[in-house]
Amino acid sequence: MNETATASGYNFAYLDEQTKRMIRRAILKAIAIPGYQVPFASREMPMPYGWGTGGVQVTAAVLGPDDTLKVIDQGSDDTTNAVSIRKFFERTAGVKTTTKTTDASVIQTRHRVPEEKLRADQILVYQVPIPEPLRFLEPRETETRQLHALAEYGLMHVKLYEDIARHGRIATTYAYPVEVAGRYVMDPSPVPKFDNPKIGDCAALQLYGAGREKRIYAVPPHTKVKSLDFEDHPFRVQTFREPCALCAAEDVYLDEVVLDDRGGRMFVCSDTDYCEQRRTDGHRGKMLGKVPLGGEAA
Amino acid sequence: MTVHAFTDPVFDAQKVFRAAMNVLSRPGTLVPLEADVRPPAPLSLEIAALALAFADHETPIWLDAALTSVSYVGEYLKFHTGAPITPHPVEAAFALVSEPALCPSLTSFTAGTADYPDRSTTIFVQTDTLRSSRSFTLRGPGISGTAALRADPLPPAFPREWAANRALFPRGVDMLFAADGWIAGLPRSTELSEA
Ligand SMILES: [Zn+2]
Repeated sequence: MNETATASGYNFAYLDEQTKRMIRRAILKAIAIPGYQVPFASREMPMPYGWGTGGVQVTAAVLGPDDTLKVIDQGSDDTTNAVSIRKFFERTAGVKTTTKTTDASVIQTRHRVPEEKLRADQILVYQVPIPEPLRFLEPRETETRQLHALAEYGLMHVKLYEDIARHGRIATTYAYPVEVAGRYVMDPSPVPKFDNPKIGDCAALQLYGAGREKRIYAVPPHTKVKSLDFEDHPFRVQTFREPCALCAAEDVYLDEVVLDDRGGRMFVCSDTDYCEQRRTDGHRGKMLGKVPLGGEAA
Repeated sequence: MTVHAFTDPVFDAQKVFRAAMNVLSRPGTLVPLEADVRPPAPLSLEIAALALAFADHETPIWLDAALTSVSYVGEYLKFHTGAPITPHPVEAAFALVSEPALCPSLTSFTAGTADYPDRSTTIFVQTDTLRSSRSFTLRGPGISGTAALRADPLPPAFPREWAANRALFPRGVDMLFAADGWIAGLPRSTELSEA
């Protein structure tokens, strides 16, 4: 067997070949049945479940020596979670890593879809905590599996409609359920619903891995993905009143950053690579130069 | 010449996987299959590489009549993958077809269950060419607009059989076609029509 020239004692990308093969088979099925959750025999990884072990296993099964990996968490490459996953693959697979979306061939993400339009030669791997969109409505796995088998999604619509009755609108803003290719209802992972439109008709393959719940699912490129809604309450993404305070970007997802203890605050791109690139390109937001950059969200 | 499996099991398997993932993600698109493998005839290099990349003791393999007729093919696959060889297509996780014109009906394989549509057969088919002038039009997930499948030969009833397979969705079989170092994919989600 070929042992790799990376950290001694590890197989390439940590996982043994049989585990990779099993995950790869699950990925092929997931692609063939868009939005369907394929069970897989999730392995213990040398990190806690909350750290995206499902995404890590999918990435490990996909990665080859020529890949360039980017890892983001809440849009940032610099959180502890993102840094540790990136280091893990640098150590176990020896792959190149990057913070630039455009330079990456594989992007593992938690909580965001990059703002930069993805390409056909890129793969987006989502870390998923709870893959079952019906779980909050029906705790029994045998029941949810039946509901998916019958495409019986009335419960989900009832839940969204209760939102409307209570709040006058659909209050769900994260993990907003989508219907994939006209068949399965899928949890897009806890991305803001702002990102839902980017999941449909995306040029890149999107893979979802849930470690604790042992599920892999996928959205192939150029697949129709519809956020659930009602005729009288159509799906709408969040909008922001002001552009990014640092790079002046509009139509991007912004995070609120507290500046001081006197209530000072600003809104900046959640996607830090996108924001930096825009500033490099000369775009200037109204707070640029007035606040220290880097670690703004501390 | 001696037969052999992957000379570089880790990276050959990864490359073959990525090629298979790409063609199933983009039905009809041709992707080169690179792997250093030398299977016993009449098992083709491409089909052998796919079997070596995906099969193991958990995935029974079914072989068509031509592949069954040479006992060394089954022995090679058993030895290098650990997969059991089954005479029953309905039990197969992977079906290896070297004579597509004689391929049994797609309904001979397993389409999975309503609860577990993933428990289905993936069929690897060796064809003479993936660039035939005879073309099928493809539509569905993974395709922007339309794509084409130019695998040839195929069983005469293939368009009708595929329509029946598509009608089972989310149940169904998935297919990969190979020729001349290239592969193309046809997942169950794809609609196929005669161009
Ligand atoms: Zn910005």
